[in-house]
Amino acid sequence: MHELLQLDASEAARRVRDGSVPAEHLAQAALAHARATEPRVNAFLDQDEAFVLEQARAVDRDRAAGKALGLLAGVPVAIKDNIHVLGRPTTCASHMLRGFVAPYDATVTARLKAAGAVIVGKVNLDEFAMGSSCENSALKQTRNPWDASRVPGGSSGGSAACVAARSAFISLGSDTGGSIRLPASFCGVVGYKPSYGRVSRYGLVAFASSLDQVGPFARSVRDIALAMKVMAGRDEMDSTTVSNPGPDYPAALAEDLKGKRVGVVREYFDRVPDRSVAAVCEAAVQRLKALGAAVVEIELPHADFGLHVYYIVASAEASSNLARFDGVRYGLRAAAENGIATYVNSRGEGFGPEVKRRIMLGTYALSAGHYDQFYGRAGRVRTLICRDFAAAFARCDLIASPCAPFAAFAAGAKADPLSMYLCDVYTIPSSLAGLAAMSLPAGFDAQGLPVGLHLAAAPMADDLLLASAHALEQDLLADRTLNLNRLPRGLQG
Amino acid sequence: MAHATAVDYEPVIGLEVHVQLKTASKMFCGCRVQFGAPANSLTCPVCLGLPGALPMANRQAVEFGIRVGLALNCQIAHRVKFDRKNYFYPDLPKGYQISQHDEPLCFDGELQLPIPDATGAPKVCRITRAHMEEDAGKSIHMDASTLVDLNRAGTPLIEVVGGPDLRSPEEAYVYLTTLKRNLSYLGVSDLSMEKGSLRCDANISVRPRGRQQFGVRSEIKNLNSFRAVKAALEYEIKRHIRVLEAGGTLHQETRLWDEEKLETRSLRSKESATDYRFFPEPDLNLFDVPRAWVDGVRAALPEMPEKRLLRFLHDYKLARADAEYLVGDRAIADFYEAAVALLDNPRKVAAWVVVELARELNERNCDLADLKLTPATLVELIGLQDAGRLNNITAKEVFRAMVESGEGAEACARRLNKLIERDDSAVQAAIAEVLGEFKDGAVADLRAGKQAAMGFLVGQCMRKLRGKANPKDLPALIEDAIRRE
Repeated sequence: MHELLQLDASEAARRVRDGSVPAEHLAQAALAHARATEPRVNAFLDQDEAFVLEQARAVDRDRAAGKALGLLAGVPVAIKDNIHVLGRPTTCASHMLRGFVAPYDATVTARLKAAGAVIVGKVNLDEFAMGSSCENSALKQTRNPWDASRVPGGSSGGSAACVAARSAFISLGSDTGGSIRLPASFCGVVGYKPSYGRVSRYGLVAFASSLDQVGPFARSVRDIALAMKVMAGRDEMDSTTVSNPGPDYPAALAEDLKGKRVGVVREYFDRVPDRSVAAVCEAAVQRLKALGAAVVEIELPHADFGLHVYYIVASAEASSNLARFDGVRYGLRAAAENGIATYVNSRGEGFGPEVKRRIMLGTYALSAGHYDQFYGRAGRVRTLICRDFAAAFARCDLIASPCAPFAAFAAGAKADPLSMYLCDVYTIPSSLAGLAAMSLPAGFDAQGLPVGLHLAAAPMADDLLLASAHALEQDLLADRTLNLNRLPRGLQG
Repeated sequence: MAHATAVDYEPVIGLEVHVQLKTASKMFCGCRVQFGAPANSLTCPVCLGLPGALPMANRQAVEFGIRVGLALNCQIAHRVKFDRKNYFYPDLPKGYQISQHDEPLCFDGELQLPIPDATGAPKVCRITRAHMEEDAGKSIHMDASTLVDLNRAGTPLIEVVGGPDLRSPEEAYVYLTTLKRNLSYLGVSDLSMEKGSLRCDANISVRPRGRQQFGVRSEIKNLNSFRAVKAALEYEIKRHIRVLEAGGTLHQETRLWDEEKLETRSLRSKESATDYRFFPEPDLNLFDVPRAWVDGVRAALPEMPEKRLLRFLHDYKLARADAEYLVGDRAIADFYEAAVALLDNPRKVAAWVVVELARELNERNCDLADLKLTPATLVELIGLQDAGRLNNITAKEVFRAMVESGEGAEACARRLNKLIERDDSAVQAAIAEVLGEFKDGAVADLRAGKQAAMGFLVGQCMRKLRGKANPKDLPALIEDAIRRE
């Protein structure tokens, strides 16, 4: 592996800006590395070398012309394949979008490009972001760089795997119920779900609009802050983005943990079936304490209903959001003798089983006579969960918990949809409440697989969350016994 | 009803009217709103419903909606909430329409109709609600395929839902013309049924007169003119009564009006109706409607026709029918008042507008804006007539020419050679000629006391003068001339 790929994004961009590393070299290194690792990792759905190199050369030309270069100048960034990159296919890892080429840039893509980032490719996901292992991709089976027999987590499995594999410095994912944080935990990278409304959803193919949020993956909190500085802020194309520009994320990292209050729900740790996973998370909480934070026990009495609420709300919104995939204007159009059959056949052939399951679930939950029993009631319970968090955040600044009940599991191990849904039990409540939340690599379980600590802060407290995570990260990295920054073993040798 | 029935049936009618709002851009994106552009040229990722695109609400459209609501005496909601109405159709690119379900922008209004109710007061039809939504695209069905034009997709609409308060097709017709009249005052829509900027669906049921409970209703669609609404309602009322009289049962259904066969036919029954699965639109934040905004819109509303009518009756002492005609179109009422400001003779000006101008508009089937007449040129024309320089007939001839040419009245009259010259030598000469020609006939008769002969002589003079004289002046001049002989 080229040594340049060991740098973090901030340092790589600095070198591109000062001319010590041409963007093209960086891009060549990332492409060469991907060629070497992709046979095992399978993260990329689209990687066009000419497209990548042309972007890098444009950065170098800008530099030669004396133009000011952006914060991500020359940095290779991968994009989850449900976020549009102009002129490249967007598949959502589904047959439904066969042949669809994005006719516009997502707002996040445009902002990355404007900051000089080099889009190195589109990466795999569970079909339409529905899943927790990336196995629901209809196009490719991405594997965990730490162990090729295991899943990378999902739905943003490709985004997590390509950053863990060092094929990209930063990647974008989308998180609806844990789709950034779970794969980040499984792949041992930082995965950040911004507060709902911080980052534009324009150009993200919608799964569940009231929950979806685009966020970055990186190998350090510093790079996450850099990506947020570039991407976040009001977008006049997305009315759900908040109007204030938000904090200066990298500058906010200077804050330490002294005097911060960290809330923990005791049962969340006790309930984890794998004690070595729980131990990593508990040790991380002890470190927070050692760094000057106070640990307080909190209760989230309605959070246990989060999973139920989520599968009604998210499925209901998905059933409507996915209605536009009808075979009429773009994507797959199945042979059919009339208009109705075009819908039935195209959607029947185009969507995979999990997508169909959720469309049916959501359609049922919204149907006349069931609305109040399901969607209406789910909305009311969601409000109670939000109130639980509001009460908790009156007593603490952060909430720490395991990110998942277990580390990465073997491919095919969770064939039953319900057991798959349970992967997200710790991440879903914060999605329902629009919190800022993340998974931070905190150590390894008994089998040497990465374990992420889940940290959440009140809506719009992104700066506080990132600062706290950064302080903990520095402490974890300083502990040589943990060897947190080691290369995934799947890539060694 | 056409044939006698055992029971006296009473129709119950409620109309739903869709009004396209002529904002500069669409309801949820920046695309231009325009009729007749090349197919699919006014589109973007948002109104094409491309994956990843998101709506942004158009504040101007909401303000137009508030204007409509206030003009219909509605309450205005304190916040704007949008919902999704889910159904599949090729011209609905997102698979759902963004609409308002349980919180309409406007509600609890009423429209006063210029017809009396049972007590003799103007009949009032309730406006149940008026809500904002986006229009769908247009499907053009070909022999073997369907073409879709999405230029219209996303055009802002307000749907005005009238209460079940109308009791005859005639009342429905009056409701529509009155609604259109009132909306025309707001400048928010072209209100053209031809162009589809005004569309109407009709709900109709019948019940034995005196019964409170409503009968089973049909909803009639594909009504392309106010006349079609009336005709379809007449047809449907007869059909309902026929079914009931024959001992049959009606089913709630949606029916299509067939303009050629002049009949309705069933489109779908209630049982097969789409379940729209409404739910709050998560892509759009709720937004507040501050009372200051509503008050501002209210303050900027023009004087509405009901009020203007009363003012015209009181201030200008007009006949009710004339005043109703004048306020029926804001442009005409404005024209009238501009003319009255120039010539303080309201009734005379009204006579010209209500008779001559109305005739021109009617014959040409056009709007006032299509004519070149201005209040000033009309007043100039009336002035020439009053001064005796045009007679009643030539004034009308000049008027007809003016509406096309846009000339001033005197210039037009001169061009047409209709102007009565101040110098009356031509008149005297004509009289002398006529008296000579009919010396033994009409002139002798007149001398013998037959006053009817005077009319003949006046006519002959006018003919010789080609109308360039005031016939009212002629009898005296003729008598003078005879006396002088």
